[in-house]
Amino acid sequence: MIIHHPILGPRDAQEFVYLGDASLIDRPDGMTAGVEAFHEYLYQRTNPAGEHQELWYHEQGDRSWLVITRNTVTHEITKVELARDVARSRGRSQ
Amino acid sequence: MAEMLKAMTALGANEPVSVTVGPVTVTERFDVALASVAARRGRMAELGAAAKVAGLPLPGPARFLAGTPYSTYWVAPEMWFVEADLASHEMIATTLKDALGDAASVTEQTDAWVCLDLAAPDLAPLLERLCNVDFSGVPDGHATRTMLEHLGCYLIKHGPGAARLYGPRSSAKSLLHALEVAAMSAF
Repeated sequence: MIIHHPILGPRDAQEFVYLGDASLIDRPDGMTAGVEAFHEYLYQRTNPAGEHQELWYHEQGDRSWLVITRNTVTHEITKVELARDVARSRGRSQ
Repeated sequence: MAEMLKAMTALGANEPVSVTVGPVTVTERFDVALASVAARRGRMAELGAAAKVAGLPLPGPARFLAGTPYSTYWVAPEMWFVEADLASHEMIATTLKDALGDAASVTEQTDAWVCLDLAAPDLAPLLERLCNVDFSGVPDGHATRTMLEHLGCYLIKHGPGAARLYGPRSSAKSLLHALEVAAMSAF
């Protein structure tokens, strides 16, 4: 499987480590959001047969975190973005 | 009087090791000072200006740029590894820190890596057995992190028959052994 890294171009998937659902980016504020919201964030995952956004780490490359949009049925990768850019576009600054 | 203390090289000898297998020569470099430079968040422009004054090249992604006294290769977005001559820049991290101010985070790297220079008429048959860098396809000055013998290394291409390899210092002998075995099988 080839992942088209937004900076480095096509790289072999064996250079990457998979973390999981990209919703991990949207961590609620543990002090104000309440137990329910944090429980939701920590334990609940959708398991779609189809398009899925995932976090991948380019460990044997430039060590960037990526958000990869992958079809879990066909394994087709339709979009690769830097997680940093995705987080900032969702209003995160830290 | 005690004798003067002398540091061992990464391969555990008094002098840098050089090994020749067929057409391939692997030479340990013990005269290279290394430090990492990373821009602090949102301060890339400041670092760029300070680097220009200090004579520090900041190449683009997956690139190496030679310079005097500093040569630099890209390792991550807004982060570089800087090479210099060890004799004149033993305190490379301090020197860079003074030159770049607090726009950058600087970390000493000299003693974390083993530096090996690879030389052969053509290194592609050797490197295609060891890692997944398309060595004959990438241009001179290509620098990338890759995996050799399960070790995360930096590979810099200086020419079709010249490359520099930085591997984890604690696994220096394993890395050299892998290069020797691959050279025996390739040539």
